[in-house]
Amino acid sequence: MCDKSPRHVRVLLTVLALAGFAYGVADGAWLHSVPARDRERINPFHGQPEAIDAGRRVFADHCAQCHGQNAEGKKKHPSLRSSRVQREATEGDLHWLLVNGNMRKGMPSWSKLGDPQIWQVISYVKSLHD
Amino acid sequence: MRKARRAVPIFALSLAIAFGKIQAQERPYFVTYSHEMEEPGNLEIELFNVVGKPPDANRFLGSSLELEYGVKGWWTSEGYLDGQATANDSTIFTGYRWENRFRPLLREYWINPVLYVEFENTSADKALREVVGHDGVPDFADSNAIARKDKEREIETKLILGSNYRGWNISENIIAEKNLAGDPWEFGYAWAVSRPLRLAASAHNCTFCAEKFQAGLEMYGGLGDRYSFGTRLTSQYAGPTINWTAPNGLTLSFSPQFGLNDYSVPRLYRFGMSYEIEQLFGRISRGK
Repeated sequence: MCDKSPRHVRVLLTVLALAGFAYGVADGAWLHSVPARDRERINPFHGQPEAIDAGRRVFADHCAQCHGQNAEGKKKHPSLRSSRVQREATEGDLHWLLVNGNMRKGMPSWSKLGDPQIWQVISYVKSLHD
Repeated sequence: MRKARRAVPIFALSLAIAFGKIQAQERPYFVTYSHEMEEPGNLEIELFNVVGKPPDANRFLGSSLELEYGVKGWWTSEGYLDGQATANDSTIFTGYRWENRFRPLLREYWINPVLYVEFENTSADKALREVVGHDGVPDFADSNAIARKDKEREIETKLILGSNYRGWNISENIIAEKNLAGDPWEFGYAWAVSRPLRLAASAHNCTFCAEKFQAGLEMYGGLGDRYSFGTRLTSQYAGPTINWTAPNGLTLSFSPQFGLNDYSVPRLYRFGMSYEIEQLFGRISRGK
C-alpha cells in the first residue's frame, strides 16, 4: 500500500500535466491556423487614440459579455490581457480570429462588424498590455 | 383569451428590458436569412409584423414573435408564435414554428453555407415569413373561419448562402417546403443585400449616427412546385429595407415592399423590433 501511493501520485501528476498541456495547446491552437498572409496584415488604425476609444465602445457592446468589462476573462472565456493575446498574437492574428471565430470553442465569427470596427477593437485590446 | 394573446409580446419585451441588453447588429431583413448565427448563450426576442391590403380582400396584420437562442457557435435554434388580425373579420393565433440552423463550415469563407430545417404547424397564417410555391392573392380571399380549417403541418428546408465583403452583406436563400399531408414539394427563394451606413464606429456615444443604421434591398418570391416549377402564378416582392439600433440595444426595422405581379399583394409594409439578452442562463444562475 505504502509503495503504491507514490506511483499513483506520479500517475495522477502525469495525467494532470498532460491534460494541462493538451488544454493549453488546444486553447491557443487557433494561433497556429492563421495563414502567414493574414498574420502580417497591418492595422490601419494602429495606436490611434480615437480608434482605441471607438474600439472600447464596440468591445463593450459585443465582447464584454463573455470576456469581461475589462477584458479580464470570465469562466471559460479567456482573458485578453494574457501574454498570448498581448505578445504572441499579432494584430493580423487577432483580425483573422475575429473574422473566422473559433466556433468549436464558442467564439463566434464577427465578420458582420466589418473590417474597420474589427481593427478598432484590436486597437483597444492591444492597448491593454500595460 | 384575446388578452392572453396580446400579453405574450408584452411579456417578452418586459423580460428583455428586465434582463439587460447588448447591441444586436442585426441585418435589416424580414424574409431572408443571413449566414450569421446567434452568439452562443444569447437569446434574441423579435417581433415582426406585416400589413397589407390584397385586392378584393380585407386589410390584414400578420405578426410573429420569435425567440432565437444561440446553442453553439454553429447551431441556432428558434421558436415562433404567429398570429394575425384581419379587418372586418377576427384576430387569431395561427400557429407555431420551430427552426434550427446549422453552419457546417466553421470558418468564414467567400460564400458561407448554412442549413436550415423548420417544422411548422399553422393555419390561416398571414405573417408571410416566406413565400413558396403558388402562394399569392387567392390565399387571402377566405375568411379566417374557413382558412383556419386548412391545417398546414410542414417541413421547410433552406440552403442559406451568405457573404460579407467590405461591409456589404449579400445573402441568398433557396427554399423547399413539404406539406406533410401529401402535397408536392414547393419552392421559393429570397435574397438581400445590406450595409451599415458607416463602417467605422465613432469614439463617442451617439444615438442617430450613421453607424447605427443599416440599409439594403430585399427580394423574394415563389418558384412553383414539383409539377409546375417556375414563376408562373407565383407572387414576387421587392423593396428597400432599413433598421436602426437604439443606444439601449433595441433594433427597429422597416421595409415597404412591392408586389411585382398581379398575383402579389400590391404593397406590404413590414416593421419589427428585436432585442438581445446576453448570456441568458449565466444571468439566471447569477440571479440577475
